[in-house]
Parts: sequence; C-alpha cells; structure tokens
Amino acid sequence: MANPPVAVELLNEQFGPHPAHVPPGGWVGRAQPEKIIKTHCCFCGMQCGIQLKVSKNQVIGFEPWEEFPFNRGKLCPKGVKRYLQGGHPDRLLTPMKRVEGQGFVPISWEEAFETTVREIKRIQAQYGPDSFAMLSGVSLTNEKSYLIGKFARLALKTANLDYNGRLCMVSAGAGNKKAFGLDRASNSWDDIVHAEVILLAGTNVAECSPITTDYIWRARDRGAKLIVIDPRVTPIARTCDLHLPVKPGTDSALLLGILRVLIEEGFTNEAFIAEHTSGWEDTKAAALAMSLEEVSRISGVRVEDIQKAGRMWGEAKTSFLMHARGIEHSTKGVDNVVSCINLVLATGRIGKKGCGYGTITGQGNGQGGREHGHKCDQLPGNRDISNPDHRAYICSVWGCTDEELPGKGHTAPEIMEMIHAGEIKGLLSICFNPLVSLPDSNFTAEALGKLEHYTAIDFFLNETAYHADVVMAGSLHEEEEGTSTSAEGRVIKINKVVDPPGEARTDTSIILELAKRLGAGKFFDHFTDSESIFNELRVASKGGTADYFGITYQRIVDEMGVFWPCPEEGHPGTPRLWEDYKFKTNDGKAHFNAVTYRPPAEEVDDEYPIVLTTGRVVSHYLSGTQTRRIGGLVDLCPDPYVEIHPTLAEKYGIVNDQWMRVESRRGHVVLKAKVVSTIRPDTVFIPYHWPGKKAANNLTNRAYDPVSGIPEFKRACVRIAPASGPEQ
Amino acid sequence: MIHLEQVQRADTVQTTPIVCMHCEDPACAAVCPADAIKKTPDGVVQSSLKPRCIGCTNCVYACPFGVPKYDAQIDQMMKCDMCYDRTSVGLKPMCATVCPSGALFFGTPEELAAERSGTPINEFIFGGKKVRTKVYLMVPAGTRALTVSTGALVRKSDLKQVVRQDG
Ligand code: SF4
Ligand code: SF4
Repeated sequence: MANPPVAVELLNEQFGPHPAHVPPGGWVGRAQPEKIIKTHCCFCGMQCGIQLKVSKNQVIGFEPWEEFPFNRGKLCPKGVKRYLQGGHPDRLLTPMKRVEGQGFVPISWEEAFETTVREIKRIQAQYGPDSFAMLSGVSLTNEKSYLIGKFARLALKTANLDYNGRLCMVSAGAGNKKAFGLDRASNSWDDIVHAEVILLAGTNVAECSPITTDYIWRARDRGAKLIVIDPRVTPIARTCDLHLPVKPGTDSALLLGILRVLIEEGFTNEAFIAEHTSGWEDTKAAALAMSLEEVSRISGVRVEDIQKAGRMWGEAKTSFLMHARGIEHSTKGVDNVVSCINLVLATGRIGKKGCGYGTITGQGNGQGGREHGHKCDQLPGNRDISNPDHRAYICSVWGCTDEELPGKGHTAPEIMEMIHAGEIKGLLSICFNPLVSLPDSNFTAEALGKLEHYTAIDFFLNETAYHADVVMAGSLHEEEEGTSTSAEGRVIKINKVVDPPGEARTDTSIILELAKRLGAGKFFDHFTDSESIFNELRVASKGGTADYFGITYQRIVDEMGVFWPCPEEGHPGTPRLWEDYKFKTNDGKAHFNAVTYRPPAEEVDDEYPIVLTTGRVVSHYLSGTQTRRIGGLVDLCPDPYVEIHPTLAEKYGIVNDQWMRVESRRGHVVLKAKVVSTIRPDTVFIPYHWPGKKAANNLTNRAYDPVSGIPEFKRACVRIAPASGPEQ
Repeated sequence: MIHLEQVQRADTVQTTPIVCMHCEDPACAAVCPADAIKKTPDGVVQSSLKPRCIGCTNCVYACPFGVPKYDAQIDQMMKCDMCYDRTSVGLKPMCATVCPSGALFFGTPEELAAERSGTPINEFIFGGKKVRTKVYLMVPAGTRALTVSTGALVRKSDLKQVVRQDG
C-alpha cells in the first residue's frame, strides 16, 4: 500500500514546502558565527567553493571563497541562498511511518530499520531478490555513491539499482565512451578562455551552470566568437554572434549540416583525422548524404546560418564545444553527443591549450556519482558490470564471489515501468524524487501506488516520499564529510559543517545499519568514517578509466581539488585529457560515429500541433525539494509558466499573464502564459521543478534513448487553449 | 541592497542589476527632507539612517537610476551602500564578488578597461542634465557620455525573424 496516507494538501501543510525567508531588513543583531567552514555549493555541477558560517550547530550565512580557483568567489542565486536550508522548519527530524488516515507519524529508528529490513526480506523471499529495487541520486558525495553501489549489490542483493543521473548524464556518458573510451569533460574550464570560437549546443549555461558564463565572457573579451544552438534565446544567447534556433528534437540533423559545411569548405584537419581517429569515412558519407536544404527543413534553421556556423567553427584555430541536456534529453541523445564530438574531431581541436570539449554535468555530483557505482550497469572506476575482468577486480576489492555480485540491472525509468507492471514490489530510495522528475507523472503516481513496501531516505519529505511506508530522516550536504567531482572532473572536498539535527542520522550511518541488519556486515564493518570509504573507493577505481587512486583527502585540500585520472600519489592529476592523443578506446584512436538522422518519438499532428520543451530556471534545482523551500529563490520564480511566442499566442487568443491549458497524450497542466518573442513560434517551454498540477512532466513522453535510456524531456507534442483560471 | 530588473521581457531576456551609482551630487540626498541620506568622505552614498528616515519615498522618485526602494515592512528606505561594511575593510561588495558572469566588477576604471572590451564611462545625460557618478558603466569603445532615453539600450530578439518558417 503506497498511496499518500492523507490528502496531499494536508501533507503539504505539515511538511511544506514552506519557503524560509530572510527577515525584513536583514539579519539585524544575528549572532556572530562561531566558525566559518570551507566547502562547496550543492546545487549544480559547478560545485562552487563557498564558506558557510555556523552558530549553535546551524548554518546561519555564507561568505564567498575567493581563493578557490574555479569560481573565485562567484556564486549564483542558489549558492547565495543555500544557507537558508539551515534550521529549516520542514526539516525531517525523526524517522516516520505511514498511518492511513493520519499521515506520517514519528517512530523510533529501531522500528524504522526493523520494518524496512523485514519487508525487504519478505518481498525478496516471495518474489526474488531483484523484486526489491533501489533508486539513488547524485546530490550524494562520491563516498555515498560508492557505498550505495556496494550496498545494493552485496546487502540488498539486487541488480535493480539505478540513479537520477539517468535523467541527466547518461547520454553524454555513453557518447563520450563511444568516442573517447572515457566519460569526462576533456578539459578543465580554463581552456574555454583561450578558445577563438565557442559552440554551446543545448546548454542554457547562464541558468544551469552559471559560472561557465564567466569563462565564456573572458574568452569573448579576448575576441572569441560565440555560437548558441537553442530553441530559445537564453540569457547567454542574447548577445551571441550566431544563434541557431533549432526545432526541439532535431539537433542531430543540424549537427550533420554543420559537419557537411566543414567537409565541403575544406575545414577538416586531414592529418589529425588520419593519424588519431577511426570511422571518418562512414561519418563523412553520412554527413554528405543529407543536403543543407534538407537539414534546414528538418531543423528549422536557415541554410545561411548553418553555413555561417560551419565557417565560424572551421576558420578558428582554437575552439571549445559544450553541450548539456538540451541535446541529451532526447531519444537521440547519444547520437547528438557523438555528432558534437564529430565536429571537434573533424577539426582536430582537442588535447591542446584552448582546444576543448565537454558535456556540462547538471547535478552537484553528477560526474563523480556516476563513476562509482549507483548506475545499473557500472562498477567503481567507471567499470562495466558485464565485463568479466572488471567484475573480477571489484570482487577482489570487495571480498565477494562473482555469484554474490549481481549483474546489470534496469534503468530508473525501467524500474518505474516494472513497478507499474507489478514485477518490482519493493523500493528503497535516497535523494531522488521521481514523481516530479520522471516523464509522465500520472504514470509514476500510479506505479508508486502499487508498491508493497517503500522506504524513503531524505532530509525533506519530497513528493515521491508521500507514497512511502517508512521515511528515514537522513542528512543534508553540509552534515557529512566527503568528496564530489565537478563538471570539470575536479575532485573536491565537501566538509561537514553541522551535525544532523534532532534524531536525523547521516545517510552513511543509515546505509551501514541497513547493511548490518541485512546480514552483510562483513563487507561494511571496516568503514569507520567517510575517509575510510574514500580510501576503498580509491583502490576500487584503480586501473579503471576514472582512476582516483592517487587522490587523497589531504591532497584535495592542499591542491584545491585534483583532476582524475590520477593513478599514483605522485601524479599531478589531469586537467586536460588527450594531450598525448592516446585515447581509451580499443584501438587507441578517437572514434568518429556516423549518425543518420532519426525523427523524434513524437511528431506534431492536427491533434497535438505544438512542440513542448522543458528545462530549468536559475533559481531552482532539480525537482525543487530544496529550492522550493528557500524564500529568496521562490520569490525569483514562484511558479512554472508557459513561454509562448506572440504569433502563436495570438492565434489561440492568449495574452500575457493569462491562464492557459497545455495538454499532451499523457496529461495536462494549467499555467500562466509568458508571451515572449524569445522562443520559436512553433514551440512552448515550461520549467519542470514543480509537482502535481503544476508539473511539466504531466506532459512529457515516456520515450527513451535506445542506448542511454534517457527520457525525451526536450520534445513532446501538445495542444493549447486559453483557460479561465488555475485548476482547483 | 541592490535589485534586479527585467527589461521588456516580452522582447528580450535582458536583465539589469540596479546598483547605486554613487552620484557626485546625489539627487536622493538632495530631496531628503529628513537629511537621512549621507555621503561618506570617500564618495559612497549611504542607505537611509534608520532614526531619521520618515519613509516619505522622495528619494525613490528623485533617483534617476531607480535605485532606492522603500521597504514597508520596516518603514525605511534601503539602497545599495556599496557594502560599506565590506568595502571599508578591504573586501569587495558582495554583488561584485559573487556575480557569476562578471557583469558587476569592483576595481578601478583602469583595471576594468584593461580586462574588458569597451570603455568605462561615468557621465550620464538625463533630459539635458549631466550626472557624474563614482560607479562606471561599460559602453562601446569611443562613447564619452551616455544619453539615457527609454528603450535605447534594449536589443530586441524575435525568433520569428530567424527561424525557417516552412519546416
Ligand atoms: S548552483 Fe552551481 S553555479 Fe550556483 S552557486 Fe551553486 S555550484 Fe555555483
Ligand atoms: S544613483 Fe540614485 S540612490 Fe545612488 S546616489 Fe545617485 S541618486 Fe542616490
């Protein structure tokens, strides 16, 4: 039984989100901090250095950390306001259980653990070990990610562990592995500053990875040209040199067109291609198979602009290409990623100063989290769970047999489909709010209602946890020590700033206690603190592509971060990959991947004639569990809205600020219109951070990339109409 | 205390942070009947003094840059004071320290000119009246003073002009 025990409105009243505000006139007379601790912001892959002020075991403020080299004191609004999570009224302070008709009532930790373990054992005895799944998240540190990977396999004994990075980094990871044999941005951000041309493909950097704008502007001040591919004029696109307003879901066609221009106008680097790559002939043939006229017709970008882009990219001597979810949230996510890499390889601009490429990790620890084990097909060090050698090595580190180590499990969306189909009966989740973040929220809600048991670990009661039987009060980012890995591949140190409040416990201690009670203590009992987990992670990652062996806590502190791979303690780390052109693929070369354009999963028709695309805003993070509780951020963007071009709005009789209904084959929302000329006239945009009746994911499509399993959040087909008011 | 304004959101995503320009001859202080707005010897125009401020909002209307804000909850005018608590002890103001895109910068006009393209200026002409300020604004190279008129600074974006229509 896993439906909310009482009406959602009652739960909202009790558990929030209640936005915490700065008092009028500021914090007059607030206590001086007892200490100021250096750590990092939790709210995106930039992982900005920040100092938190503490008084009486509570975070009461912040101070920029100007010495930290990546962000040099800079922060976006999320970083500036993150301290308001400290002492938050919605914070979970005890474990709880679901009581029908009453809500969630506090229980002892003993009861929480006992119930959870009893249910795990019952369900697994009845339906088999894989019928109990675990869903995790990459707001967690490397240590917790590693621990959860090991816990799910050896204590929970399930193959079905996956994580919310499935909605984030998996297309980029798969594409990078295909092309380079390794999954990391190829350069530190310092190389952006020295690029003559910068190409941003589907990345709203000003809102989603704000510090990146500083690097781009430093390059522009030196004369760099900026090309932006996006269906909207994002803040960084506003002043760019060339904007390619692509129709959502058609990126691979556009990227083929740019490659074609490079080939036809002689901009390819034949010497580099011959010496350091493979697969060029097929890739070239695929690019030449589609005319620019055809590319233009599919992508909605004018032929002359495609040519301009090819020339701007082609003529430069140095360049940096970055992409993010805009091209990756697609049934062609991996195709789009390799199409970007094809442009980089065709001009041979990689592995040198000012010559770079990188995907921009979205989540706080999206990079490190995926490397170390809570992805359904990976083992620590970015190893492959289906590779016998990789398994043997991890078995030797973990002290288990091959039989004890489950195989490849299902992806997070597949797990939800299997819950819906009754194949998975039990769920343990931490740091993941799939009811808001998976596509087709109505389907997710139905699925959650079918679970026989669900235990959720979190610090605020997120909307998915409303469906839980047991809730365990876990820890916030600032309540546990650990490391994380930024979008650049820089491993940094997260410091403990305060203790978990009330009876809340550290996530690590919860997982370790569960492991012990599940009879797997022998694999976990030696962990005494986060550093001991990190030290095992170092060994487990040794020899893998994401090799952390040479990185220690002390080095991270002394050197303000260390870039992996770092195979030995004396190794300086690797800010820039591929300087030696020795790629990690089977033949040691960088691989071109030929891409043929495929249409998106949903095409417009008379019934659903408009394209919907979704994304983030600067003031919110992921499903909003944290940022919808921070007053200053809520004030910046209190509710979702529909961005719509005046031409389209006029056609439907919709005016600015008016309520409008948006409906897809999956569901609908009623939101206010924001009539703006900064979006394609055939497309509407809704930010996704809200639940329930305001959820953009009521509309999105359960269609996935065949390789990465990422959902097609960036393209669904909808119909629209004016509405008289909000939904009751 | 600074604030952010969206400039004609219908036409552009442009935003602009409103920081106090710290006028050489501040209109806000000139119109204050309670003499609540003081200028420090180093040229920083302070927020209103709490004991003196009567909440009349004259300054809100007088400032040509739209800086002072009246906060009804505390019945007092608040404005950017260049983070005097920070700048008077050698730190940068908070806004310029954290600004992720470098749109706000704290340093001398010479340092700014060396790092950026464009020219820093501190003379603005509002309807024929010249205002000189302590804070500089970056403008295209060659500009000496900026004549401010509504809408003149907005670069509109309309994607209808650049998307292919027949796709
Ligand atoms: S959200 Fe990202 S860019 Fe903003 S302060 Fe935090 S880490 Fe930095
Ligand atoms: S900018 Fe406005 S608030 Fe600042 S000193 Fe000038 S008149 Fe006063």
